[in-house]
Amino acid sequence: MFRIITLLSLCAIALFAAGDASFEGKRDLNISAIIMFFIFIAGTLGITKWAASKTKSASDFYTAGGGITGFQNGMAIAGDYMSAASFLGISGMIYLNGFDGLVYAVGFLVGWPVILFLMAEKLRNLGKFTFTDIAAYRLSQKEIRILAAFGSLSVVTLYLIAQMVGAGKLIQILFGMDYEYAVILVGVMMIVYVTFGGMLATTWVQIIKAVLLLSGVTFMGFMVLASFNFSFETLATKAVEIHDKGQSIMAPGGFISDPISAISLGMALMLGTAGLPHILMRFFTVGNAKEARKSVVYATGFIGYFYLIIAVIGLGAIVFLNSPEGAVYFENGKLIGGANMAAIHLSHVVGGDIFLGFISAVAFATILAVVSGLTLAGASSISHDIYAIVMKKGLASEADEIKVSKRSVIVIGIVGVILGIAFENQNIAFMVGLAFAIAASANFPILFLSIYWSKLTTRGTFIGGFIGLLTAVILVILSPTVWVEILHYPTAIFPYKHPALFSVTAAFISIWFFSITDKSQRAQKEIESYDAQNIRAETGIGADGAVDH
Amino acid sequence: MNDELVKKIKANPKYQELTSKRNSFSLKLSIFVLTMFYGFVLVIAFDKELLAVKLGEGVMTVSYPIGAAIIVISFITTLIYVRRANTEFEDLTNSIKDDVKDLL
Repeated sequence: MFRIITLLSLCAIALFAAGDASFEGKRDLNISAIIMFFIFIAGTLGITKWAASKTKSASDFYTAGGGITGFQNGMAIAGDYMSAASFLGISGMIYLNGFDGLVYAVGFLVGWPVILFLMAEKLRNLGKFTFTDIAAYRLSQKEIRILAAFGSLSVVTLYLIAQMVGAGKLIQILFGMDYEYAVILVGVMMIVYVTFGGMLATTWVQIIKAVLLLSGVTFMGFMVLASFNFSFETLATKAVEIHDKGQSIMAPGGFISDPISAISLGMALMLGTAGLPHILMRFFTVGNAKEARKSVVYATGFIGYFYLIIAVIGLGAIVFLNSPEGAVYFENGKLIGGANMAAIHLSHVVGGDIFLGFISAVAFATILAVVSGLTLAGASSISHDIYAIVMKKGLASEADEIKVSKRSVIVIGIVGVILGIAFENQNIAFMVGLAFAIAASANFPILFLSIYWSKLTTRGTFIGGFIGLLTAVILVILSPTVWVEILHYPTAIFPYKHPALFSVTAAFISIWFFSITDKSQRAQKEIESYDAQNIRAETGIGADGAVDH
Repeated sequence: MNDELVKKIKANPKYQELTSKRNSFSLKLSIFVLTMFYGFVLVIAFDKELLAVKLGEGVMTVSYPIGAAIIVISFITTLIYVRRANTEFEDLTNSIKDDVKDLL
């Protein structure tokens, strides 16, 4: 196995060389950044090798054997959440529009308390490998698994595109490598981490990255505030002075334009968190409900702190990059790499080449860790839900299941690369917003109702879940973003940028309707078995690894 | 889980206490967070000017402090929940498990 890793690393280096060949006319190579970058790659490959030696069973592969502590899991969740979209996207959005970026940050965060109050411990008590285990607990396995696999894969794909775009841009700036090669490099690395190291490697890479990222942004925030005598007001005053939009960066503005879009976006951000497969999966890596709860507290704390600093960094980027000294970061009047790269350029302003190297390596690590988690979630859904349970009716051997999972990782990696190249110029926080909308419309209603509503039936879930998913996907395609900006039609059929308000409502109503009108014998049985499920959800009695006495 | 166990746990007063206390506690906290967040979203949706109100003479408006406050308060609610859940509710759960341990 190690030979394969070496081989793939060589491929990666070859890709760097290929990038160098087309280097002329791009930015100077940043040597310290490249050294940091390789230290990171070597370190994480080491972790992967260690994790691979400990990953034997399917449970090891999917959930790190359930042996992660609440604190570690909180870090890993924070790591998953502090993705490229959060770090590069939100700081870029604040850089462009001011306060609108913070609206995203607030929306991303408030999902967490609600997950804790209503879902976290119940997820732990009912699930095993994927969130589908919960929805399928008392409903018919086949239909629910198929539905949830569609939901998971749609969310994973969209989220993956956003991360790929961020990674590609970053490497492009850092090494002057072509965007396409950069995206391919990320794809290759990610496939290596996930196929060999599984959840254990993914979790540890995530934890290490979370620590590095939090330290990095703390330093950046500190340096920015230090230039303004630690007064947020002075910083804001300077930002308003220098920004084209002036005072309007201090209030919600154009990006969130009409009421329907605002409500819809709020709904997507908040409920979407509770439907992200790679986040939900993390609740199965801890031993019991108590640890599951603790992990949410740690995660919320780290994520909240992170967003507060991002607000400072975003405003700092406005001030420093628009100053005369900031002109070197522009090319033909445009920020090199686009607004998504504002935080990266700012790191160079406040900390020079070495810190730029550090932040770039961390940002790259961030993307890599998040795409690994996503890919693992997508692959589990194919191998565990579709292959092992639907196709083999639960009779597949663990070895076969893992094999299918690893192959799925490779396929998802390739798809991610292709789409990453296709969506090069989209704002990444916005792409993630769409992923959240689909998660909120397809996965969240199924999961929520299966935990709390005794009258839920397979028919209701299957039909209603697909209605939610399709409504979200179709409305996204008909929205201005895809219909006008990507497909170049003059006007959008669906006028709003965010579909969640309509698609979440459609999902809940149709699940309700097709459940209560389901008078079949199967439905009767499903309703009767709610009591047993609810007792397990409330107490953890009967849950894997949760019965400790 | 067999029917006998289900019946026994359902009839256990501690189980009823656990579920009713925990559900009402988590419902109250959820409503609190939801109200706070959707209040914020509705202001953005219908009256953006309200967030452009200035604090004093300078450029500072209420928008950033309110955004930051929502983040901090959200975190505090998770602390409040876990403090109670990991002591009171956890003890109740363990004692329910003890009561039925012969049936497990």
